[in-house]
Amino acid sequence: MHDIEALFEAMRNAIPAGPVKIKEAVDSGKKVVGCYCAFTPYEVIRAAGAIPVSLCSTSDKPIAAGEEHLPRNLCPLIKSSYGFALTDTCPYFHFCDMVIGETTCDGKKKMYELLDRLRPTHVMQLPQTYFGVDALNVWQAEIESLARKLETALGVTITEDDLSREIKRRNEERRVMEDFYELSKLNPPLLSGQELHLVNEFFKISFGDPRALDMIRELRTKLQENWEAGERRVSAGKQRIVVTGCPTGKSLEKVFSAIEENGGVIVAFENCGGIKPNYEMVNEALPPYEALAVKYLGIPCSCMSPNPKRLDLLETLVDEYKANGVVDIILQACHTYNVESFLVRERITAQGGKGVSYISVETDYSQNDVEQLSTRMGAFMEMIA
Amino acid sequence: MFFKKNFQIGVDIGSTAAKAIVLDEDGAILYKAVIPTGWSSVGAAKELREDMERSGIDVTETRVVATGYGRVSVPYASKTVTEISCHAQGVFRLLGRDCTVVDIGGQDTKVISLSNGRVAGFLMNDKCAAGTGRFLEIMANTLAVDLLGLFALAERGGGVTISAMCAVFAESEVIGLIGSGRAKEDIAFAICESIVTRVAALCGKQGRGREFFLSGGLYESEYLRKRLSERLQAPVTTDPLARWAGALGAAILAGRLD
Ligand code: SF4
Ligand code: SF4
Repeated sequence: MHDIEALFEAMRNAIPAGPVKIKEAVDSGKKVVGCYCAFTPYEVIRAAGAIPVSLCSTSDKPIAAGEEHLPRNLCPLIKSSYGFALTDTCPYFHFCDMVIGETTCDGKKKMYELLDRLRPTHVMQLPQTYFGVDALNVWQAEIESLARKLETALGVTITEDDLSREIKRRNEERRVMEDFYELSKLNPPLLSGQELHLVNEFFKISFGDPRALDMIRELRTKLQENWEAGERRVSAGKQRIVVTGCPTGKSLEKVFSAIEENGGVIVAFENCGGIKPNYEMVNEALPPYEALAVKYLGIPCSCMSPNPKRLDLLETLVDEYKANGVVDIILQACHTYNVESFLVRERITAQGGKGVSYISVETDYSQNDVEQLSTRMGAFMEMIA
Repeated sequence: MFFKKNFQIGVDIGSTAAKAIVLDEDGAILYKAVIPTGWSSVGAAKELREDMERSGIDVTETRVVATGYGRVSVPYASKTVTEISCHAQGVFRLLGRDCTVVDIGGQDTKVISLSNGRVAGFLMNDKCAAGTGRFLEIMANTLAVDLLGLFALAERGGGVTISAMCAVFAESEVIGLIGSGRAKEDIAFAICESIVTRVAALCGKQGRGREFFLSGGLYESEYLRKRLSERLQAPVTTDPLARWAGALGAAILAGRLD
């Protein structure tokens, strides 16, 4: 049997060491570009020779500071992001040369106006629909002007070859994750949802390092070999859950443990941080800017209206991962996901013939609803069982 | 009373009251008790145990299921089940048919729809206290009456509404109303309407029910049931044992343990 724990441990330790890697890169002359959202085309940043990093946004700690400038009844992700920047407690923000934002939800796009005072913030005008050629043209133009912006800001030129190379590279990374997710299709899944979340977080700080990708591949192989040798990390008979909704992150681990301590196992994360941003590849046969526009505009985020792709994706995931339940996590004051939850419930329970149940939970980054979450998730699992 | 191994015990440690029910082998209620939970759920669980023992029920020899927010504080329970499943079981026993259960608890309000006696779906209010029993308690305190007193006042009032969706803001609105000299009855009416509105919205989200059952401690208020029923446009029934619905459900589920 392979020692799986050691691999998880290495990943767990790599996460707090992420900032060190970035500092070293900065010291060696690399440029760092901060990102908040799945719509940011990493490929363009990389083609400019810079490192795209995902900025801190999932801790409760800087929220009080963020609220000095922002209203209280705003989504915790936005308050946390801004609070981190304001208090200079996100090492990635500290090291980044500029930030890229998108006009996704109202709270975020208005926050970026304030953030620009702390660090040059380039905001991409994101269309609110993925339908129609007009929206696509706007988005392609936005990606092209991002490239021009990066060229001036970083003093580089981005060629189409650079882009094609980075597209291939990022697609390969997406494929590694897709392959890894397959492990949870088995019954029982080869790892718990909390472990899966750890791998997602590790991927987030892998910065395209081929050794990090190798670790994920290695973990996959070893989990499979152990499975074939009879190891079962997750006991049989658990309720199989697909998690969806607002982006996952550290402070939402309370929901994952409430699910997994009460008889459930998370088999897939549909959210950003999981499958949503990565299930579609960039088409390598198309001209690079067009290919990027098609791929990124197609992310089924609730900011898009209407957003049938998310419902389709969820339905596919429920089928493929043989889920019994869907847990929709809504961050307080996130209007888009909150309103959309009605449609998600409708679609999922319409699959009721297949015995799929739905629950939504509204929460924030504080830890004072842990008890209530446990009751809710417990009751949900009792209901499915 | 003498102890029997095939008794079934349900203990429900809620945030305001702790309840216990003992069923005999035929499912008949042998014993029931309700005490204030106080500051310690462990203490309340112990007190219930001592009272059962005084009545000749040996909890160590009996199957016990604990429920309620303090369910983990019952060391003599062989299993814990959430209050959602227990309320569903208990109400199904009391009413004998499917319905939508409304439980306005101290910590949270729950709406549970039953189908063939099983939980088909449920909703709980989110973190804020507005729309919970705690909200009513705070408001009753502000008006210096108890809960039933609040409803009695409300029945004679009218004409005012409070808008706040948050308990803290609602309290300041109420204080504003007191300051402006509104009659206590009218303010009580506004408070009741606000809870009825929130509960009805939760019920609406859960999907239209044909019949509702008011479970938990507030079942005693006929006025609340009347207003709920008008708002939901459906009958809202209850039962003298509604306060024990969670404990009863737990006791029934204890019968399924081996
Ligand atoms: S949920 Fe939408 S706005 Fe949030 S990170 Fe994902 S794509 Fe961006
Ligand atoms: S969770 Fe919702 S409100 Fe918060 S940033 Fe994402 S889309 Fe905006």
